[in-house]
Amino acid sequence: MKDFAGLYAELDATTSSNAKLAAMQAYFAQAAPQDAAWAVYFLSGGRPRQLVPVRILRELAVEVSGLTPWLFEESYQAVGDLAETISLVLPENPHTSEAGLAQWIEDKLLPLRGETPDYLSRQLPLLWAQLDRPSLMLCIKLITGSFRVGVSKLLVTRALASMAGLDSKRVAQRLVGYTDLSNRPDAASYLKLIAPESSDEHAQRGGQPYPFFLAHALAQPVEQFEALLGPASHWQVEWKWDGIRAQVVKRDGRLWVWSRGEELVTERFPELDSLVHGLPDGTVIDGEIVVWKTARPSTEDAFDPQSSAPPAVQPFALLQQRIGRKTLDKKILEEVPVVVLAYDLLEWQGEDWRNQPQARRRTQLEQVIARCNNPVLLPSPVLTGEDWFDLARQREASRRLGVEGMMLKARDALYGVGRTKDMGVWWKWKVDPFSVDAVLIYAQRGHGRRASLYSDYTFAVWDGPPESSQRALVPFAKAYSGLTDAEMREVDSIVRKTTVEKFGPVSSVKPSLVFELGFEGIALSRRHKSGIAVRFPRMLRWRQDKTVDEADSLATLQDLLA
Amino acid sequence: MDLVIARPEGLYCPAGDFYIDPWRPVERSVITHAHGDHARTGNGHYLASSASEGILRARLGQDINLQTLPYGQRLTHQGVTLSFHPAGHVLGSAQIRLEYGGEVWVASGDYKIEPDGTCAPFEPVRCHTFITESTFGLPIYRWQPQAQVFAEINQWWQANIALGKASVLFCYSFGKAQRILHGIDETLGPILSHGAVEPLNRVYRDAGVYLPPTLYAGDVKKNDPLLRQALIIAPPSAGGSSWMRRFGDYSDSFASGWMRLRGTRRRRGVDRGFVLSDHADWPGLLWAIEQTGAERVMVTHGSIGVLVRHLRERGLDAQGFNTEYGDDEEDNTTAEPAIAEVQP
Repeated sequence: MKDFAGLYAELDATTSSNAKLAAMQAYFAQAAPQDAAWAVYFLSGGRPRQLVPVRILRELAVEVSGLTPWLFEESYQAVGDLAETISLVLPENPHTSEAGLAQWIEDKLLPLRGETPDYLSRQLPLLWAQLDRPSLMLCIKLITGSFRVGVSKLLVTRALASMAGLDSKRVAQRLVGYTDLSNRPDAASYLKLIAPESSDEHAQRGGQPYPFFLAHALAQPVEQFEALLGPASHWQVEWKWDGIRAQVVKRDGRLWVWSRGEELVTERFPELDSLVHGLPDGTVIDGEIVVWKTARPSTEDAFDPQSSAPPAVQPFALLQQRIGRKTLDKKILEEVPVVVLAYDLLEWQGEDWRNQPQARRRTQLEQVIARCNNPVLLPSPVLTGEDWFDLARQREASRRLGVEGMMLKARDALYGVGRTKDMGVWWKWKVDPFSVDAVLIYAQRGHGRRASLYSDYTFAVWDGPPESSQRALVPFAKAYSGLTDAEMREVDSIVRKTTVEKFGPVSSVKPSLVFELGFEGIALSRRHKSGIAVRFPRMLRWRQDKTVDEADSLATLQDLLA
Repeated sequence: MDLVIARPEGLYCPAGDFYIDPWRPVERSVITHAHGDHARTGNGHYLASSASEGILRARLGQDINLQTLPYGQRLTHQGVTLSFHPAGHVLGSAQIRLEYGGEVWVASGDYKIEPDGTCAPFEPVRCHTFITESTFGLPIYRWQPQAQVFAEINQWWQANIALGKASVLFCYSFGKAQRILHGIDETLGPILSHGAVEPLNRVYRDAGVYLPPTLYAGDVKKNDPLLRQALIIAPPSAGGSSWMRRFGDYSDSFASGWMRLRGTRRRRGVDRGFVLSDHADWPGLLWAIEQTGAERVMVTHGSIGVLVRHLRERGLDAQGFNTEYGDDEEDNTTAEPAIAEVQP
């Protein structure tokens, strides 16, 4: 536990990838395999479900620290992190536990799940008393499932690979699914990750998917495309769907569906079960799960940008409602049906096809889909244009079609691992976001790096035109990204100076700041006061040149809905 | 009648017609210590502790109209008896004791409880009303003994020497810098100080405070192998400036009470954060307040609302005082909004 807390502190203290890599290598080199197994699990994003309700943790922290509840709450607001707050207010102890990470997780922490409040309030203080402050903070983060540290999965992969003398793509491959809830890390599973290359390595086992290949954003103007990318004919162009990226794996007579977060989501999409019949064993398809309602006569027509019928692909918000459900009843399945829009073939007849060129994979994919002949598996259409300018014109239909823009994939590119560029590149060529000028009216202190800094804001627009004398500001979106650190500090100090009232952690401020807010989607919502919900709101720019009166109104947002 | 009230110019003593640490120019000022937010230029007359004279003149000008008084010695002005008592914050820092018609008030300015060897240690003074700061007025702020922090700094410096890297330590140039110089292990390697720090070192040495020999960083050439062994003391404003280029490969760190929080540490973007403050921590504030025996407490700059509410719950008559004092730890992110919010 202490060693892993030491690693956490080192990773947390630096922004240098090399330093992080070195710290992980040093840790893995000395860690017992069963401890390393859990370390890999947590570092690459694994999170067991919450073990103890947060309410109980808070109550216990208040009790053990001897603070009044409001003083604990004030402390939490200043720190912005529950585990850290608890570790700062509890009495300091010398570290007396000899137990390693695995023993802590398996023998002390996991058994806490489902225990009675009574038992927990006796047991937790005993556990806490064995840990020094850094270990205590880590322990609470593991309990709440909020362990996060600034390393990417790629970096963990590299650390393991260099230590074991393996290709990091191989390690990435072995690591897929490692953090799924169904997996319980142990010494054997860790040793498998770093074992020497074996001859039957490529023979996929069970439902394991491949690491997803991720796209890079392309922000240059279209005039530069020819120079940057070469002729458009060298590229496979598709719509960029706004759904859930997924892999459909068919092996040994069974079907698995994996999300991009490497979570097994098969049970969430029962309508895809029927694919078990149409796809031969040894097939892995990469694509996007979207909500699909076709009012159009044929699939081809459904993709026709010229068609006047509403698009078949539905807003992400609808898919989100469905994901949120614990049980999927018949009504939901009828009202919010999904399909897979397939765009890549990663395995065919049990062979890893990722080293085949894009164009070849595509051709084969189309045959697989045709043979499968199931309306829940559709090909994501390939778009053609005379040149980049022609494609740019077609891209203007994105909003109407309910897509985010286009994907550009080099026809000769291989299928890489994660956000790499060495085997070929996928570009996402997104349309500009919607934007409005909105007024900051509430601010709240942030978390993590932004602890104690007013960095989370609520924005409002006017409910009437400028000439109306009684118009008021209506909140419609929260945003906390898009500003530079320097801007955020400046806004923070203005918030402190213009605070009107405090409601718990939220400060209402005298309206004086205008920001250009960007967002990806907009929909009617009954849950919001403004009647409108926006997707991925973020600050594009601080409009220091605009006064509050010049901010946009609800009418502007309603126009965007049309 | 209140001996001290808050006015737009600063904390004011109506009976004696003078201000304590005014933030706007006034005729008569009494100064707790020489940090820029407490001692400003433009006042007609200054009264301060004898120990702060060197620093005050160095910062505000040799020719200011300054009268000084040794710690503990009394002076009566318009019936108000004044005296200075050590606050343990920086060289010359003082609490100001005021007595008038049997009422005793103490204005503490900024203070620190743990003695550090670079200034006279904090001395509790009995009073009816105590004016306290609240910079670190939350229970999350509890300091380690400074010896432990110096040991961490020494270890970091040694590790850098082993890697052939310069060690750049950012800290406030008046007070914190000298405290660090006084506390670290000078045998580890050469010590350099930034141009903003060096003149203050001189004042400390002149006042008889031991500081190890320091080189002026400007005198050392770029790529001098000495740099790879050196500890460099610099103000935070030097970070990210072209001044840093001369050190080649370096590790940087920041010493401040704010480094107690992970968020502020990460935001600072340095390799290491050392938790070292010249202010009282939460237990220190509560201890100091208790020691004065005061039944009434006026809370200034920092977490006013929190400390006021907490003291009220303990049966004291506590109130917030709005001031314009800032933060000499230079990363004022935890301070509450400027309004003195007092929750019911």
